[in-house]
Amino acid sequence: MSQINQTDLHDLGVAQLAAKLAAREVSSVEVTQHFLARIQQHSNLGAFLATDAEISLAQARAADARLAAGERTPLLGVPLAHKDVFVTRDFPTTAGSKMLENYRSPFDATVVSKLGVAHQGAGMVTLGKLNCDEFAMGSGNENSAYKPVQNPWDTSRVPGGSSGGSAAAVAARLVPAATGTDTGGSIRQPASLTGITGIKPTYGRCSRYGMVAFASSLDQAGPMARSALDCALLLSSMAGPDLDRDSTSLDFPSADYATDLIAACAQGTGATALKSLKGLRIGLPTQFFGAGCSPDVLTAVRAALAEFEKMGATLVDVSLPLTELSIPVYYVIAPAEASSNLSRFDGVRYGHRAASYGDLTDMYKKSRSEGFGDEATRRIMIGTYVLSHGYYDAYYLKAQKIRRLIAEDFQKAFTQCDVIAGPVSPTVAWKIGEKSNDPVANYLADIYTLSSSLAGLPGMSIPAGFGAHGMPVGLQLIGNYFKEAQLLGTAHQFQLATDWHDRKPGALT
Amino acid sequence: MALTFQDIARVANLARLELRPDETERTLSQLNGFFALVEQMEAVNTEGVEPLAHPAAVIGEVALRLRDDIASEPNQRDASQVSAPAVERGLFLVPKVIE
Repeated sequence: MSQINQTDLHDLGVAQLAAKLAAREVSSVEVTQHFLARIQQHSNLGAFLATDAEISLAQARAADARLAAGERTPLLGVPLAHKDVFVTRDFPTTAGSKMLENYRSPFDATVVSKLGVAHQGAGMVTLGKLNCDEFAMGSGNENSAYKPVQNPWDTSRVPGGSSGGSAAAVAARLVPAATGTDTGGSIRQPASLTGITGIKPTYGRCSRYGMVAFASSLDQAGPMARSALDCALLLSSMAGPDLDRDSTSLDFPSADYATDLIAACAQGTGATALKSLKGLRIGLPTQFFGAGCSPDVLTAVRAALAEFEKMGATLVDVSLPLTELSIPVYYVIAPAEASSNLSRFDGVRYGHRAASYGDLTDMYKKSRSEGFGDEATRRIMIGTYVLSHGYYDAYYLKAQKIRRLIAEDFQKAFTQCDVIAGPVSPTVAWKIGEKSNDPVANYLADIYTLSSSLAGLPGMSIPAGFGAHGMPVGLQLIGNYFKEAQLLGTAHQFQLATDWHDRKPGALT
Repeated sequence: MALTFQDIARVANLARLELRPDETERTLSQLNGFFALVEQMEAVNTEGVEPLAHPAAVIGEVALRLRDDIASEPNQRDASQVSAPAVERGLFLVPKVIE
């Protein structure tokens, strides 16, 4: 029926698909069928843990009915998929853990309802649930209890984590956009390693209601897509207060993050766009550019920064002296909160229960030990220890104090600059299996994302070029509290001037 | 300060986990490797520093809200028990705890 070539639908981003849907050039059912077929075709990537064509098509028909009735909202009928830590009524939710195999949530997470077709949501169609590290603990997606995820740029490499399924699916164009969650870098790092765009908003900006909890004072939802504009469209619907359901949700209204970006598009590239970064001060923390970062990553990051300079921004040196300390601080606080959150898995109300056991305590122990994988077990052990009698002050409380110092250092830096930039990950994506036996080495690789997570600041990763083995490198942009619009606008200007975000994995058909 | 096998056993019991002997050994060496990193925190002077729980508290007071104590959800007992390992007549079943 439609004139456009169906095989090209997956090359369209969120904004482009929305425009075609609004013009009725294509229906949401057609778009949904196309992406479902593509997910099937590339199932070897391991990006999805669950799909259900019947459910997705029913949602698409509902979106088409809203379109037919004349509704024109920015995301109506566009498909996406959710990281499997967002609970969903219509799909199983496992959080990448054997513990939740066969779990069905009685409700939808707030972010899922806000984006979805039901509950007067934005009208996006859910294509399924995306693989991730177990309980979002990991940075290579190798801690999924079900299967590893392959990086579409080189299938022998990891996609990053913990939102590895989300990143791989967007990079392979199996979905135009996905949700992710970021506790210590789990949106930004996989976005960087797969050459896509992702933003972790200010802590408290998106509701945590219905997100399987890992570390409650750090967990934050955010969108992952190919461009800053597409992320802006999603974030506008995801963010906003949820005061009755999430006690840490901030009473700060969402914003229309996309309108200014679309206006910048209309002005086109060239001189007009370039002007808009004039006066922007980009702070470069000296601690992010040291010997710990691989030269290939630094080369790509510096080239991207030079591009920003050409666009009128000025680069200034800033200092975040406690950057290295953010690793132990994070790996005390996050496991402490995880050990508390994961205590709910007792084999009674939901989740795995051992087949044979003696008394109640034995049932708890056997069910938990069978249900949790190695990394979750390790973090529960660390967390329980640092919270235990006699160690709380030395570890947990001490870490929470240094956390304040880290956050204050960012405020000092922001007196000298508007945004902070640097690498996301010290290396490009590594080989699957290469680092899986050394947990501390994995923790150290989170160095550039942890400090902003501890401070609760918004941060994003945008494609900035390629490093060793032709693998993508991301540039990290960190903003001050509630400055998501500024981050997205800065990223958007870069994407008007460069085409790194439009590159697609060569081997992918 | 290095952890001992007894520490691992004590913490595993607190966390209601049961580690096999090979897991205990591996956990001990990994946790000791990890706590070597954590010792770096000691060097930071935190005298007079308030612990930070909600990150946005750095720029202003964050009040933890309370809502009225009224039921806000309809009864979803059946939907909630779909994923329960063992239920009978709407009740969760556990091993006998009182003789």
